[in-house]
Amino acid sequence: MYSEKVMDHFRNPRNVGEIENADGIGEVGNPRCGDIMKMYLKIENGVIVDAKFKTFGCGSAIASSSMATEMIKGKTIEEAMQVTNKAVAEALDGLPPIKMHCSVLAEQAIKAALLDYSKKNNIQIKGLENFNPDEDVHEH
Amino acid sequence: MNRYIYMDNSATTQVKQEVLDEMLPYFNINYGNPSSIYTLGSKSKNAIEIARERVAKAIGANTNEIFFTAGGSESDNWALKGIAYANRKKGNHIITSKIEHHAILHTCQYLEKEGFKVTYLDVDKYGTVDLEQLKNSITDDTILISIMFANNEIGTIQPIKEIGRIAKEKGIYFHTDAVQAIGHVKIDVDDLNIDLLSMSAHKFYGPKGVGALYIRKGVKIDSLIAGGAQERNRRAGTENVPGIVGMGKAIELAYENLEESNVKLIKLRDRMISKIFDRIDYVRLNGHPTNRLPGNVNVCFEFIEGESLLLSLDMEGIAASSGSACTSGSLEPSHVLLAIGLPHEIAHGSLRLSLGDFNTEEEVDYVVDKLVEIVSRLRAMSPLYEKIKEVK
Repeated sequence: MYSEKVMDHFRNPRNVGEIENADGIGEVGNPRCGDIMKMYLKIENGVIVDAKFKTFGCGSAIASSSMATEMIKGKTIEEAMQVTNKAVAEALDGLPPIKMHCSVLAEQAIKAALLDYSKKNNIQIKGLENFNPDEDVHEH
Repeated sequence: MNRYIYMDNSATTQVKQEVLDEMLPYFNINYGNPSSIYTLGSKSKNAIEIARERVAKAIGANTNEIFFTAGGSESDNWALKGIAYANRKKGNHIITSKIEHHAILHTCQYLEKEGFKVTYLDVDKYGTVDLEQLKNSITDDTILISIMFANNEIGTIQPIKEIGRIAKEKGIYFHTDAVQAIGHVKIDVDDLNIDLLSMSAHKFYGPKGVGALYIRKGVKIDSLIAGGAQERNRRAGTENVPGIVGMGKAIELAYENLEESNVKLIKLRDRMISKIFDRIDYVRLNGHPTNRLPGNVNVCFEFIEGESLLLSLDMEGIAASSGSACTSGSLEPSHVLLAIGLPHEIAHGSLRLSLGDFNTEEEVDYVVDKLVEIVSRLRAMSPLYEKIKEVK
């Protein structure tokens, strides 16, 4: 059902946990739907120096969160904004069609954390103007 | 990790060696078509009749009331569609429950499209149907009551005798999907006033792809599958001889060893449930605490999701199942767990461990040890668990 990559990230998820005094925290998903992702970012000079996550969800939700944190660590905010759900899914060597919303959730979690950062620091991040972290990804 | 522990016996069971041994000659030695008149054909025919006697005996029926099918789903489809179409002039109303297997629910939905009316009875928090609601739902148009004997997910056993009595008093046919109960619970169709009963061999150590429908003599029912004259003109198609032979042997074994097996399974089940409750917090038992299938353990672990639980168990060589959305191919958790009143987020964390004759006490203890580790690992990752700890 899952690729080796997904199973690897499920078995040994990278960056699990919280960041104390995180610069940006984003939480997306809904327990009703069986998945919640919470992402913590440490940002210095416009660069994501650390990312951690906590996820309630299925195997692909955990793997997607893990992969997403790996993909944005060391990246600038602008670069992190380019990490799409498709990129997360591809980095995991694909997800079953019914699990694609897990990768969407990962993209949303990154954006929600960046939005939180932008609000705290009173800055604008290009691409987040119309972003709504509460949007239901299951309606796709 | 070479160890493999199978605790998904409600999904299917392994074919017992004695069963397989009886089946094998019917593949390549006695392979004749039961409808053929020569000796090879008669051998197959006789083997089917022996199996029919064994099945009939197991449920207190007559042999001419047992009809072999391709399994539980076919039997359910046949019972519902067959009764509905044959009794259409009498009425168009069917009563069932919200926690039936999809073979019943989806057939009911199909019949609704065909103009039939269906009442889906509620269940209480243990998954038991409401008998008062059943009585109140009966109208002059009611032709069939179909209530499962025991639930496949949460194991709750229904008050079949009372339902049978109500149906009989009102002159309404009573069908029960007994797929999970047959071979595990004592069933007498006369004592329980059952008119139709579905069963499937692979749930009691028989082969897959074979089942039966018990149809009480005199019940008016249409055929589902048209064709040749097999099964006394009621179910066409060359018989699955090895499968039927296996089913006969499996049901005989199941009822010979019923008490012994029940005692053992109930002990294992209750041991497992009490160990889980002793060692893991935020857990709840689904289904009736005592009136449940001997091998059924169904629990919800709060703050974690069932599929990640199953994957983690599989990594340890343990096979189980879950009513989580992520294992059902949809985004909704199990209809059964929702019907007993569980909130979505808790239903997502359900785990069913269905024990069978081959499980041991040592395996139960091992699985509980692994569950403790897995649940704590997944909770450490869960933002929901973190919130609870903050509140505390």
